[in-house]
Amino acid sequence: MGPRSGLEERSFRLWLRIRRNWQLYVLLFLPVLWLIVFRYAPMYGAQIAFRDYLPAFGIEGSPWVGLANFERFFNSYYFKPVIVNTLIISFYSLLAGFPIPIILALSVNQVKMRLFRNSVQMITYAPHFISTVVIVGMLFQFLHPRVGFTASLANLLGMTPPNSMGDPAAFAHIFVWSGVWQEMGFGAIIYLAVLSTIDPALHEAAVVDGASRLQRIRYIDIPGLMPTAMVLLVLSTGRVLEVAFEKVYLMQSPLNLGVAEVINTYVYRVGLLSPILDFSYSTAIGLLKGIVGLLLLIAVNYWARRLTNNGLW
Amino acid sequence: MASMTSYESNINKVNESAVDRVFMLGNTAFLLVITLIILLPLVFIVAASFSSAEAVIAGKVTLWPVDFSLLGYETIFEHKKVWNGFANSIFYTFFGTIFNVTMTIIAAYPLSRQDLIGRRVITFAFIFTMLFSGGLIPTYMVVRDLGLLNTRWAMILPTGIGPFNLLIAITFFRTTIPPELNEAARIDGASDFRIFLSIILPLARPIIAVLALFYAVNTHWNTYFQALIYLKDQNLFPLQIVLREILIQNSIDASMLIDIEDLVAREGLRELLKYSLIVVASVPVMILYPFVQRHFVKGMTLGSVK
Repeated sequence: MGPRSGLEERSFRLWLRIRRNWQLYVLLFLPVLWLIVFRYAPMYGAQIAFRDYLPAFGIEGSPWVGLANFERFFNSYYFKPVIVNTLIISFYSLLAGFPIPIILALSVNQVKMRLFRNSVQMITYAPHFISTVVIVGMLFQFLHPRVGFTASLANLLGMTPPNSMGDPAAFAHIFVWSGVWQEMGFGAIIYLAVLSTIDPALHEAAVVDGASRLQRIRYIDIPGLMPTAMVLLVLSTGRVLEVAFEKVYLMQSPLNLGVAEVINTYVYRVGLLSPILDFSYSTAIGLLKGIVGLLLLIAVNYWARRLTNNGLW
Repeated sequence: MASMTSYESNINKVNESAVDRVFMLGNTAFLLVITLIILLPLVFIVAASFSSAEAVIAGKVTLWPVDFSLLGYETIFEHKKVWNGFANSIFYTFFGTIFNVTMTIIAAYPLSRQDLIGRRVITFAFIFTMLFSGGLIPTYMVVRDLGLLNTRWAMILPTGIGPFNLLIAITFFRTTIPPELNEAARIDGASDFRIFLSIILPLARPIIAVLALFYAVNTHWNTYFQALIYLKDQNLFPLQIVLREILIQNSIDASMLIDIEDLVAREGLRELLKYSLIVVASVPVMILYPFVQRHFVKGMTLGSVK
């Protein structure tokens, strides 16, 4: 046999390496099969956004309608409020939910007393483990105009109990601050982990130079947290269109739907709840949300990279 | 950790300045306030759950039970739907978590091996699902076409592998298992299956614990979305759906309240029952959580190492 050409040689080697690890591919088989069926098949199915899906004809058999479903959404009465609500709730959540765990972590990190530190952590993590249904149930009870805590307090002070859950103006505040209440402790974990990796020599040197605690936070801790904070910020900005379905949906009532309907709940309502199920229309809205979200993530990541040198990739 | 304590003690040797002492005082006060804010609603709920229906409906309860009573809990214990929900949730959480952890581990180990051709592409294919998905309806259609609607399978199979969990598992294998281990085992004639079963799996115990917790709590026990869209049959409902009916939609089996004539008292029991239910539903995870907290912290920390 003559000498193999370079290309042949390389592909032969590649084949050898693949064959050498064939058992690893066997391990991967089920996970990849699952990935294709439950994650990529739906992406293929999302093409019904461009069709008029009729169950009798199936996905491929239904007629193409181009961008008609998207146009319908743009021209719909719900388009503006749904987008506006989603953005308001998202950016409000981000504004409150992003800095607070960082502040909490910086603060906890200063505590030297082990018992106090551990108790604070234990207590602030706890609400994360309460389910969304129970959290919203707690909100309803806590803010109940007759039997709630705010009602009891108002009774005690001789005031008229407020009906916060029925007040559309209070919706975003309740949604966001109950979220902060539930997640600030858990959100701080990642920052505390990063703070514990900061080189102690930096702090020692700063102490020798007479830096106060506040100065050390400002010039050592916060810069140390920046890369992680940037990555998390990029991730959450990429998800601004994804207002947590489970919670919003539970908090919705006929009274507040005008400010509480977001893209995700609207998709569910037109897709699976309405008397005339409109799979194509619902899918089109969901797809639009997904594509805009992805583009947003790429854009934000690009800017984060340019401005701070940190990003997702 | 050792270096951390040494630097703390170094700092202690230096006298704290007045500025620092004021700062530390403020810091402690701040953390105390935060802790109280977290605790207040929880204490109120527990207090109300142990109060009498009359006290609850009159809005008298703040932070301590008024007219101590167990009526709320007694009523819950007779509610069959709640227990059925508990049983279903335990079923979904148990089998679902086994499925999730198995799938994640058998995917993560090969993908952590530097010598695996195609590992980048496959890892990216998993991670990409974190950034983009086919959407609610197309996923629903797949589940429907597989005939899983309204079956227990619908609560388990679609959950499969969480991309974030896969990432922390890959990171774990990459950082804790040196490539030499694999080469040495190879030289001794062990196949990849053999390496996986007798070397990797025993070493993977910590990550299995972390994954099991993440999946059990975040994917199964505390969620209701899957059940909401895939299940119609009441007998299959997990606890969270039952809770939603009672806590949010205010629908309580009237037979439970039938022997109470007075409307106000009936209304009072209805509310009291919700407080007790919130406590009963949260107790299992709350009891477990202090013991498993460090695993959660470990998992989050692994996730932050990119």
